[in-house]
Amino acid sequence: MEIFFQQVVSGLATGGIYGSVALALVMIYQATDVVNYAQGEMAMFSTYIAWTLINAGVPYWWAFFGTLVISFVGGVLLERVIIRPVESAPILTIVIVCIGLLVILNSVAGWIYSYIQKPFPSPFPPKPIMLGTVVFGAHDLGAIGVTLVVLALLYAFFRFTTLGLAMRAAAQNPVSSRLCGIRVGWMLAIGWGLAAMVGAVAGMMVAPIVFLDPNMMAGILIYAFASATLGGFTSPGGAVVGGLIVGVIENLVGTYVHFIGTELKLTVALALILIVLVFKPSGLFGRATIHRV
Amino acid sequence: MALLEARGLQAQYGWTKVLHGIDFAVEEGGITTILGANGAGKTTTLRAVCGMVRTAGEIRFAGQRINGRATEDLVRLGIGHAPEGRGTFVNLTVEENLRLGAYARRGGGSVAQDLERVYGYFPVLAERKKQAGGTLSGGEQQMLAVARALMLRPRLLLLDEPSLGLAPLVVREILRIVRTINREERVSVLLVEQNAAVALGLADRAYLMETGRVVMSGPASELRQNDAIRRAYLGY
Amino acid sequence: MTPRARAVGVAAALAVALVLPLFVSNFRLFQFTQVGVYAIALLGLNVLTGYNGQISLGHGAFYALGAYTTAIMIDRWDVPYPLTIIAAGVLCLVAGFLFGIPALRLEGLYLALATFALALAIPQILKYFEHWTGGSQGIVLSKPNAPWGLKLSPDQWLYFVTLGVLVALFVLARNLLAGRTGRAIVAIRDNPIAAQAMGVNTALYKSLTFGVSAAYTGVAGGLSALVIAFVAPDAFNVFLSITLLVGIVIGGLASISGALFGALFIQFVPNWAQDISKAAPWAIYGVFLILFMYVMPRGIAGALRLALARAGRRGTGTRA
Repeated sequence: MEIFFQQVVSGLATGGIYGSVALALVMIYQATDVVNYAQGEMAMFSTYIAWTLINAGVPYWWAFFGTLVISFVGGVLLERVIIRPVESAPILTIVIVCIGLLVILNSVAGWIYSYIQKPFPSPFPPKPIMLGTVVFGAHDLGAIGVTLVVLALLYAFFRFTTLGLAMRAAAQNPVSSRLCGIRVGWMLAIGWGLAAMVGAVAGMMVAPIVFLDPNMMAGILIYAFASATLGGFTSPGGAVVGGLIVGVIENLVGTYVHFIGTELKLTVALALILIVLVFKPSGLFGRATIHRV
Repeated sequence: MALLEARGLQAQYGWTKVLHGIDFAVEEGGITTILGANGAGKTTTLRAVCGMVRTAGEIRFAGQRINGRATEDLVRLGIGHAPEGRGTFVNLTVEENLRLGAYARRGGGSVAQDLERVYGYFPVLAERKKQAGGTLSGGEQQMLAVARALMLRPRLLLLDEPSLGLAPLVVREILRIVRTINREERVSVLLVEQNAAVALGLADRAYLMETGRVVMSGPASELRQNDAIRRAYLGY
Repeated sequence: MTPRARAVGVAAALAVALVLPLFVSNFRLFQFTQVGVYAIALLGLNVLTGYNGQISLGHGAFYALGAYTTAIMIDRWDVPYPLTIIAAGVLCLVAGFLFGIPALRLEGLYLALATFALALAIPQILKYFEHWTGGSQGIVLSKPNAPWGLKLSPDQWLYFVTLGVLVALFVLARNLLAGRTGRAIVAIRDNPIAAQAMGVNTALYKSLTFGVSAAYTGVAGGLSALVIAFVAPDAFNVFLSITLLVGIVIGGLASISGALFGALFIQFVPNWAQDISKAAPWAIYGVFLILFMYVMPRGIAGALRLALARAGRRGTGTRA
């Protein structure tokens, strides 16, 4: 039973990370109808920036927030420069451009930082924490905490600020938004910036667990896809819940279903995506999309 | 002095020219209506005013030339637009819809006060303020569109066929409120309508458009007396 | 382009391909064989993505399935290699058709996502079935010798085998795409609802296209196993699928000749770029992907066609 609880909690920790990346995907998808295949690589790149800062002697939390600012600016620039010219192009074009971005970020990271794995520090103490008779890693609990704080901040931002409201409006009805004086293009760019920030948090939380290397987010991205698909690509809250569920499922399946173990982890995500897409394409919390002909 | 004035205004979608050089004006504090059947170019005229189509010719607002300026900037000059189809943010609440109207507002004062002000004009919106915009009836959504435009504290209010698809009683109610706003807040109004009876009752100046051209213009009272207009648009 | 110009172009390309082994080293020839293999795979992907509009980011999976089919059949059961290539094609046809059925319910973005997940998962799956696939070690094969006492090295022989398969499959694809079937496939891409309304069995065509596309890519995978004489899971990672995507984008979406240009690109450009840095080929791929989408969305084939059309117009202009 203790193993079970431990697996659930560490599942929630990684699930929170999947959920964050899924949330970043959903934010961009809702605003622009783009599934950002480069989301994982953006997070990876942000984490390298944090690593550079920390290695230069910047204290952890300064590096953390500095990275968030840099990521935000980077995300805004990517949207303005790379995505904007193809905003209204066919899906295939946008997918290809995102894949191009993925490849560039991945290889530039490899170019600058090499493909050798690097340890990445955790801001939380290395000693385990006892809750009752069950032992938890401090980093696991800390990652859950950080993820929840990020989500709460984002929720408050979208729910209570004028800018957040304007961003939701721009995603929903660009024409009306312009008539209200909202600069829709910039709202989309800010959306990319925020998504880049959320991804950066996820990257910095996961790097102490998986080590930092240019390919570290590939597996996480597929789980984030599974999370967003499960929760529904139209539901930000759903993406997070989906992430938590997927994280827990992943851990429990890995522990208890022996023929899968950890060797077929990615296949579990693939199967999950296919099952959800075939049986409930809108996900658990999403709206069915209506298409005009 | 005219608040809004168009001279030789042309507009086109792609290669198709829709407005072939029209002249019209809205006086400061006045209500101007543009009448015409479907496809006459009324909605395009409003879009031209807010920079949503490519134009040639000249449009002046409060003395400045505004051709080619971005919609978002024109809103900041004080041009509020209740668009064709009402433009409701269907998944946002009524109150959020209204707050968006105040997004680009000039001047000080709290948004809360303005909300009270428009709720005063449209009490039904106050009752529905927590409801999603998409759940409102057609008439309520039209009120929401006007109220959203009012949140801007506009100098000029553009109304695109507010009567479309609504019961006569609702139309009368909405236009009564428009008149009140015009008188009490000195908001100038440019109203495009197919329903000539209600529009001529409200406006002080009127234009009649056919296929992208102004074919008749004058004080609303004169057009109301015109035999051709009576036969074609008023039906008596 | 006039049909005559096209025929001249094709004949010239074939002539060059036939005499090429006389002039280049064995290693170069091996590279050109790879170009042929890639061209087959790209043609398969292009039928699906370029012509039919179904986005696959996971065609590396079918390439892998084809390669392992060939490798396992030769390694385990000593099956003659021509049969294994056919088997690779047939197996991928079935697998693609089956994958195409759930894929039918997925719209563009979701299909791209599902296939992307497939691409990411495939190396793990290959390692998992270690008993068959040899796990991370992979399977080593030996290159077949030329039959009938032909005086050709194994590399030369494989070059001609690949060339033969390539020509046969290109002719097949051309005939398929030029006719009724081709029009239906393209109609589904351009306007699925109208196509359905005109009586095109959209579901069947889409799954069949998926099957045929996978079969082409599977044959290419099978040939690659022979040519390289080695298969290992990490060669079939997600970047293989992306390489194939790069190939059709650069070569030209919805273009048969584009598959050749794309194959030349993905075979040779990384080699040159490798001299700069290990990471450079991918950076260059990425930049090319994005630039092509901005300025040459119809790829090299499209740009060539445009240039030839312009030259043709100018030519007739001066004569008149």
